[in-house]
Amino acid sequence: MIEIDNVSKLFGAGDSAFRALDRVSVNIRENEFFTLLGPSGCGKTTLLRMIAGFEGPTSGQILLDGQDLSDKPPYRRPVNTVFQSYALFPHMSVAENVGFGLNMLGRSKSEVAATVTEMLKLVRMTDLADRKTSEISGGQQQRVALARALAPRPKVLLLDEPLSALDFKLRKEMQLELKRLQSDTGITFVFVTHDQEEALTMSDRIAVMSAGRIRQIGGPREIYDQPADRFVADFIGDTNFLPAEMIARTGDSAQLRLAQGVEVTARAGQIDKTSGTVTLAIRPEHARLVAPDAGQLTGVLDEIVYFGTDTHYHILLDGFGTRFVLRLQNTPDEMRMMQQGDRVGVALAASAGQVLKD
Amino acid sequence: MAKSFDVRRQPGFSTIAMLCFVMLYLPIILLVAYSFNAGESISHWEGLSLRWYASAWQNDQIQAATIRSITIATTAALLATSAAVLAALATTRTRPWRGQTVAFAMINQPLMVPEIVTAVSLLIFFAMLKVATGYTGLWYLIVAHTAFCIPFAYMPIRARLQGMDLSLEQAGADLYGTPVKVFRYITLPQLWPGILAGGMLSFVISLDDVVITEFVKSAGQDTLPTYMLGQLRRNITPEINAISTALLALSILLVTAMFFFSRTRK
Repeated sequence: MIEIDNVSKLFGAGDSAFRALDRVSVNIRENEFFTLLGPSGCGKTTLLRMIAGFEGPTSGQILLDGQDLSDKPPYRRPVNTVFQSYALFPHMSVAENVGFGLNMLGRSKSEVAATVTEMLKLVRMTDLADRKTSEISGGQQQRVALARALAPRPKVLLLDEPLSALDFKLRKEMQLELKRLQSDTGITFVFVTHDQEEALTMSDRIAVMSAGRIRQIGGPREIYDQPADRFVADFIGDTNFLPAEMIARTGDSAQLRLAQGVEVTARAGQIDKTSGTVTLAIRPEHARLVAPDAGQLTGVLDEIVYFGTDTHYHILLDGFGTRFVLRLQNTPDEMRMMQQGDRVGVALAASAGQVLKD
Repeated sequence: MAKSFDVRRQPGFSTIAMLCFVMLYLPIILLVAYSFNAGESISHWEGLSLRWYASAWQNDQIQAATIRSITIATTAALLATSAAVLAALATTRTRPWRGQTVAFAMINQPLMVPEIVTAVSLLIFFAMLKVATGYTGLWYLIVAHTAFCIPFAYMPIRARLQGMDLSLEQAGADLYGTPVKVFRYITLPQLWPGILAGGMLSFVISLDDVVITEFVKSAGQDTLPTYMLGQLRRNITPEINAISTALLALSILLVTAMFFFSRTRK
């Protein structure tokens, strides 16, 4: 559907030029909820603006249904954007905002009116059609921005961190709403966010970006369970990193030796080494707290942080000099009698870890 | 807690402030008061009357000068504002270009070059044109007024453009608006208060001009201010006060209108 082919973008010129995108290639499929995820400055918004046509690539090309978009200005692309600031037209009513795109396309009055009604119904804003955009709340403005961008039935809808201005509850609500709109309309959504949780809950596929490059593309599960490298593992969720020595490898299974001679099995992932020093990544929920002699690792309980649904235990591991964070779900009948300073054991779930390239 | 510094509590502040206000407004109040004088003097009160307003109203020269002033000011304001809109768009809505700073300085030249220099240079230049073309009409004045009004129109329009959210225009383009349509339906409706402010400012500045007009005008092309200047050389009557008061009323009216217009737009 959208093919981004070896696209680079430089801002400025000469030695002071800033490389916002560095040879990025990705294919976005028809009817997909695709997310560009990364920290601020990683190039995700630049890539989005290029699909919209507000920026041109320095090199490489962007194709939509096999057609090169390079020389098409924004107003000739069948692509609409939901802006981070919503960018609603302040001198127009809600309905006029929603009808703007269709009016620009020269559609008949009756068609515009019918589509505006349909779109306002879709985002549940029918009652406020005649209001000024300054007279409605932030969440309602968000819905109007969505309706306005969806009304011309674009092939692709681009969303630039549209939920970042909303409060927590409303954001959760809108996440579900966006997902619903995407499957109802069948339009391809390209969503930009720095919020990993948002990306995991909404996306069909995610591209994790950093410093102008794509680090990994995959489904939410794949990205979370099999991060391609240390950046992805660190950016998505919490991860413990342990230095390890690879002693054997058969297919996807790697035999590792940790400090103090402890041996564990882990997924080899995308690493092509069969020996030598590697990093083992373990998610905090993939380990259990046990008696000092019952687990593979031992240590001293350094900190206990209560989070409501779960509790984080920070353990100073013997022989590693690093902290290990372990997350346990809180249950109503359980009383964990652990205290700071207690000696504990850590039991790793079988094949819980993932071997990473640094 | 330490008291914060308040300039209004400093010794002598009120005195200085009052003095400034007196200097600003007392002469104007006197001028307005004597426009209602029944006598022939502008400093000796002889009773209340509207005779000088009536006399000014019936004065053919004043009538002609007023019509001329308003013609020039209206035309110059329209032309200057149109040019200022284009200049403001070119200096805010384009990628930074070489010479942009120079262009900015050149647009604002009339604010920096002494008016008398402009006046003399225009006198000489137009004198050459008059000889070459034989045309001696009002357009010399209109062109001159347009030129020095442009920066006054440009400032508020540019400020308005800079304060506008750029993503609105991008949203317009994203929603299939061609550049012309985006300007017509997105930029222009929001630019109106700036355009109106620039236009009114230009109108008032043009209406008020003496120096350049005095140098550029041909015989029989007095505007209201140059007519008044001419009268001062003769015998001053409260008629001058009456014209001044009318001009003052007009500018107060314009400023008030502008104030309310910009407030309802917010």
